[in-house]
Amino acid sequence: MNEMTTIAKPTTTLKDWETDQEVRWCPGCGDYAILKAVQRTMPEIGTAPENTVFISGIGCSSRFPYYMETYGFHTIHGRAPAFATGLKLANPGLDIWIVTGDGDGLSIGGNHTMHLIRRNLDCQIMLFNNEIYGLTKGQYSPTSRVGTSSPSTPYGSVDRPAQPAAFALGAGARFVARGFDVSKKLPEVLKAAHAHKGAAFIEIFQNCIVYNKDVFEDFAAPKGAEDRQLWLENGEPMLFAKGTKGIALDSEELHLKVVDVVDGDWQSAGVIVHDVTNRSVAHMLVEMRFGEFPMALGVLYDDPRPTFEADVWRQNKAASEGKTADLQGLLKKGQTWTVTEGGPEL
Amino acid sequence: MATAVEDKPGERQSPLSDAVVVRFAGDSGDGMQLTGGQFTLSSALAGNDFATFPDFPAEIRAPQGTLFGVSAFQINFGSSAIETAGDAPDVLVAMNPAALKTNVPQLKQGGLIIADEGEFNDRNLAKAKYDANPLEDGSLAKWQLLKLNISQLTMDAVKPFGLGNKEALRCKNMWTLGLSLWMFDRDRQPLIDWLNGKFAKDPNLAAANVAALNAGHAYGETAELAGPLKQHHVDPAPVAPGLYRTLTGAEGIALGLVAGAQLAKLPMFFGGYPITPASAILHHLSRLKEYDVTTFQAEDEIAAICSAIGASYGGSLGVTSSSGPGIALKGEAMGLAIMTELPLVIVNSQRGGPSTGLPTKTEQSDLYQAVYGRNGDAPMPVISARSPGDAFECAIEAVRIAVQYMTPVMLLTDGYIANAAEPWAVPDLTSYEDFPVEFLTEVPEGGFKPYGRDEKLARPWVKPGTPGLLHRIGGIEKEVDTGHINYAPANHQAMTDIRKDKIDGIKVPGQVVELGAEGGKLAVVGWGSTFGPIHQAVRRKRAEGKDVSHVHIRHIWPLPANLGELLKSYDKVIVPEMNTGQLKTVLRDQYLVDAKPVNKVSGQPFTIAEIEAAIEEALK
Repeated sequence: MNEMTTIAKPTTTLKDWETDQEVRWCPGCGDYAILKAVQRTMPEIGTAPENTVFISGIGCSSRFPYYMETYGFHTIHGRAPAFATGLKLANPGLDIWIVTGDGDGLSIGGNHTMHLIRRNLDCQIMLFNNEIYGLTKGQYSPTSRVGTSSPSTPYGSVDRPAQPAAFALGAGARFVARGFDVSKKLPEVLKAAHAHKGAAFIEIFQNCIVYNKDVFEDFAAPKGAEDRQLWLENGEPMLFAKGTKGIALDSEELHLKVVDVVDGDWQSAGVIVHDVTNRSVAHMLVEMRFGEFPMALGVLYDDPRPTFEADVWRQNKAASEGKTADLQGLLKKGQTWTVTEGGPEL
Repeated sequence: MATAVEDKPGERQSPLSDAVVVRFAGDSGDGMQLTGGQFTLSSALAGNDFATFPDFPAEIRAPQGTLFGVSAFQINFGSSAIETAGDAPDVLVAMNPAALKTNVPQLKQGGLIIADEGEFNDRNLAKAKYDANPLEDGSLAKWQLLKLNISQLTMDAVKPFGLGNKEALRCKNMWTLGLSLWMFDRDRQPLIDWLNGKFAKDPNLAAANVAALNAGHAYGETAELAGPLKQHHVDPAPVAPGLYRTLTGAEGIALGLVAGAQLAKLPMFFGGYPITPASAILHHLSRLKEYDVTTFQAEDEIAAICSAIGASYGGSLGVTSSSGPGIALKGEAMGLAIMTELPLVIVNSQRGGPSTGLPTKTEQSDLYQAVYGRNGDAPMPVISARSPGDAFECAIEAVRIAVQYMTPVMLLTDGYIANAAEPWAVPDLTSYEDFPVEFLTEVPEGGFKPYGRDEKLARPWVKPGTPGLLHRIGGIEKEVDTGHINYAPANHQAMTDIRKDKIDGIKVPGQVVELGAEGGKLAVVGWGSTFGPIHQAVRRKRAEGKDVSHVHIRHIWPLPANLGELLKSYDKVIVPEMNTGQLKTVLRDQYLVDAKPVNKVSGQPFTIAEIEAAIEEALK
């Protein structure tokens, strides 16, 4: 097997992560902001460009690797997780980032996304959710809201949308986070995802300026953001609206509720302290409906488990223990006989 | 436990022709494949050459006693070179009425039927749709019939071991095997050793099976039947001295891939998804971790090939394997491997199609799919194996082409090769020339060009993790040399031409004539598992003085450089294939030769007689 590549802690700047390729997204596309956020995050993570691989499928988001001065593989529609799995098994020392979208990762590639998460391959999955098919010119996507009018649904879409974070958690994710394109906190979310050993799933709400403009404005707009965004911090109470509201558990009905916090006394209001390892609460957070609740953002869940590639390598090693790779010997294995001039014998 | 066994080969034997075909047929729960496999081993130890044909239903446990639940195993063994599992059996062992009904039509006239009359009761006769008992009504008159109550004889033999009725009856196949060993003058000891090993955890069951085996053998020895049951001795086939083993096609592929990876000095990554009849390759490789083999059972066929491409990108030898329907799913990813010019071996164990088709039956109908079956101009080398032993060689060849030319390669085998066994002279690995891969690790003189090319037109292979050589690849058209995205018309023309020229320029060995001469009246041109029947048929016709030659193509794409001239040197060309004429079409297209098809798509291999008839017809 390949030698495990040891990741040094090199010093890089944002410029070191930019390629000479012209970025070809529509002017005003949310992808620009995400690209910058990632390029800004990489030096802080302290990883080496040559040990970093961006792998994408097909779609607007999937052009991402061409703009990162790292190794990059722009693959086929929906299959990036499968390429990542083979690459990571071949060389577990590589730092792998998967870039996908709501169509690529949840529609055509939903199966692979599920299995990558289930196996817990150590990588970061950035799912750019813009609730629309951009590259194919505006058809509704599996995350589009009911009633989305598009070229393929001129009378409005009728099917209920998938919820990426809930999907990931349901598939067994050990890390689920949310952010959005222009958020200043996105680098922090990306860093947390990178620090998590295992499959780290990040849903990034991304504004498609051409086909689904401002669809996330209801919570992403700077004005009133305090009231509409719940940024989760491990060990901190789930407060929003400048600390005047919080999230509590209705212990009789077993669901979350919004409570008022008077004079900062969140304890008596029963506001929950965020524990990133609490899977039950994570299930409720990913299901929280925006409108009735604020949009839950940041690291919703983070509780690592052994990774797939480490277990595979461990098993390969254990199964090889005490054996030599004597192929000539292997060819002779099983029931053989020797033919001599006198005839065959065992 | 096992008693010492002293069989005396050579006594009481009747002369027989130099090859015998035996077909064991029974219910799919009767253990016929196991019986056949062990009889094969005994044939090997007797020094016979042989070929086998396992023929089993797609259902794992079809309803007992039914016609579609019959499982059969045919072996052709003899003292001269054996290349097919034989046309018509000389001996049919039928464990129930359904087995008799489905298999007796192929039995040679005058051949021997050994039937377990204990199973010919009203219920089983009805299930096999017999109005009357064929063992009693004279309908089997053109064959020799030996009725034995194998069920009862087995029950009696294993009585001392106190097995339940069902368990006791499961020893029937060993009783039958014992009788067969006696018939062909075979040594029992290796089978006894094998049984003791197999049932090591249950010595009582081992002893019962050994008792059944011995009882069957003793029956043959002592019954003194005046009729058809006579002991035969088949002389050893004259083969070159050396070490031999039995090898199935799946084993040949698995071992050849490991050998290829070692010769290339690469770790191997195998991404697979279970499918009949290809799964056996995944099973074999999963046990070979110490050979730097990582196997990955993916979530589907697409993920299997994509993971293999991902591993190749990382510097491993990526391999994936499937059968027709799974290969169809992998098509888009093959195009990406062609576009990104990464090495990959794709094994297709062909089966009857289209769609789900005949999963357990053999066919050669994926040649178009292999050569042409992708979107865009997507040329890819295709190699086909003719036998289990040849599969080993072809797998090495596929690896060599993949890594030397930076291209996916398809290796075609079929259900017949995958499951069939043949004796295999274990090769000396030191006789194979290695072809170690050299990754690009530093910026070469003149700068790094991800799509720069060597004299073979192969681009450099760079492992992610290499400093200074960072680059991006993908499925969008690449710019010549730089590999950047480029949609320019002239660039697409240039890149399409390069991809084609690279594959066209692959050096493959010149086409040889297997049997016969260059030029003449007739060439019989085959590929893949039809080698055996074509070879035997051509041999027989040549022995009759007919001007006919056998040409067998391993490199389906690109074709050998001299093939066109060779084919044009014959007055006529016929192409027997287990499809409706796919190689025939390619040959006509490439060389404008009037190749005539000889087709069979019944899920069964060609018989020698069928090819002989085609030769006769062509020579008229």
